[in-house]
Amino acid sequence: MKVLVPIKRVVDYNVKVRPKSDESGVDLNNVKMAMNPFCEIAVEEAVKLKEAGSADEIIAVTIGTSASQEQLRTALALGADRAILIETDVEADPLGISKLLKAIVEKESPDLIILGKQAIDGDNNQTGQMLGALLGYPQATFASEVNLEDGKAIVTREIDGGLQTISINMPAIVTTDLRLNEPRYASLPNIMKAKSKPLDVIAAADLGIDIAPRMTTLKVSLPAQREAGIMVETVDELLDKLKNEAKVIS
Amino acid sequence: MTALVIAEHNNEELKPVTLNTVTAAQALDQDIHILVAGFSCSNIAESASKINGVSKVLLVDSTEYENFLAENISVLISNISGDYDYILAPTTTNGKNVMPRVAALLDVCQISDISAIDSSDTFQRPIYAGNCIATVQSNDSKKVITVRTTGFDPANGESGSAEIITLTEVNDAGISQFVKEEIAQSDRPELTAADVIISGGRGMQNGENFSLLEGIADKLGAAIGASRAAVDSGFVPNDYQVGQTGKIVAPDLYIAVGISGAIQHLAGMKDSKVIVAINKDEDAPIFQVADYGLVADLFEAMPELESKI
Repeated sequence: MKVLVPIKRVVDYNVKVRPKSDESGVDLNNVKMAMNPFCEIAVEEAVKLKEAGSADEIIAVTIGTSASQEQLRTALALGADRAILIETDVEADPLGISKLLKAIVEKESPDLIILGKQAIDGDNNQTGQMLGALLGYPQATFASEVNLEDGKAIVTREIDGGLQTISINMPAIVTTDLRLNEPRYASLPNIMKAKSKPLDVIAAADLGIDIAPRMTTLKVSLPAQREAGIMVETVDELLDKLKNEAKVIS
Repeated sequence: MTALVIAEHNNEELKPVTLNTVTAAQALDQDIHILVAGFSCSNIAESASKINGVSKVLLVDSTEYENFLAENISVLISNISGDYDYILAPTTTNGKNVMPRVAALLDVCQISDISAIDSSDTFQRPIYAGNCIATVQSNDSKKVITVRTTGFDPANGESGSAEIITLTEVNDAGISQFVKEEIAQSDRPELTAADVIISGGRGMQNGENFSLLEGIADKLGAAIGASRAAVDSGFVPNDYQVGQTGKIVAPDLYIAVGISGAIQHLAGMKDSKVIVAINKDEDAPIFQVADYGLVADLFEAMPELESKI
């Protein structure tokens, strides 16, 4: 069984980003980049499936500039067998990304495609679902448990209010939620080994797919700031304020 | 010019977030239709017909839609989308699951989680866990949108009288099946609908200690939430999570207990009317957004608070 794991290079989780001073976008100068955390969970799940003997091959794929090779190498160090970079300078939106991924799926014919549920930069939460629609594949989004049996993926999903379990026919799309697994760290020997694993670069333009963004970012600004309130000394004072000043409890 | 709102429901009741989504739709279009897709859900259509500003309710009542499987619902929505300029759903797990599929079927981009509407094609949405607000313009003729419901007031749900039209359109893609659902049974209100929320963070130390919040929640009629740190540490289930990757809430009163105030948590609750923070670390960032801060050991303050409310 072949597993495809699309990943994304994003600003490191620990960085607090700010808008550029002219509000034309997010200031990404000299900011540490990393693999999107939900993508790390996706890679980990694929590696677990391989370790359990369910998967034979894991292919990591990303779309972006050549700098994204760094995150593909990380995926290879974590256990992916080979990697594909679809190289482009276009900042494609999720629809364009999904169209490029569809081309890779048609070429590689994976049985399972595991993606992060959202990237922590755009917070769109779209790519897995869009890819499912374009391919006519079923999807299990926000997965917290994945089991494979008889050509089906039995997936427990995190939904509002609790958990839902669905069974989807493979080939299928799974998007990862936080509790699916705890991603491992790449060991030094594996980081070294990853350097010699195959990484193919395909020019996005050669795929002949229109990925021009349909959406324009007019500006990026800081959210409205909340003013700090007051400190109270005791529980009694707190209750007094809530009852008599804020009037939110009686 | 008509907007279609996808009703959020569980076949038993219409969820209040539908009302906020209607308000967002009203800012875009004069005429609003609501789609109620589910099974044995004619009562939901009745409720939806009473929402002020809605002219038509489209009811699709069939087993294929009982469990809101994205493969089936997305095809339904795309098939009936012809007359609509806008298709909106609340940013719930259902909305997030289904709407991008609809957008891809229609070959348009989706505008996710809008928090404000600037014009007929320009929207504001939080990015980077709420650290920034992007103003985006969509060039697509049909706009598929999910709505951050805390950004919009609820529409009046009692004064309308829309016509209910039953559609017989049925799609079973046959590639996904429902197995089971475990919905937490609770007498407490749902997080996204609660007037008061009390949330615990890593400072709670373990899951058992969340019982310290329960008595207070019972007295205040509050929902119980948690930070991502508390969920990550396995104290409570993921559906407790308030934050950018969890639920977005804006109650009248939000009490944060033992929560440091990571940006990803603040993104989910900073629109609350009144915020109370109780933390033993006086430098915790949560105090910067709190209306009332109390530096205290929660294991002493919680029992005292419960006894004095």
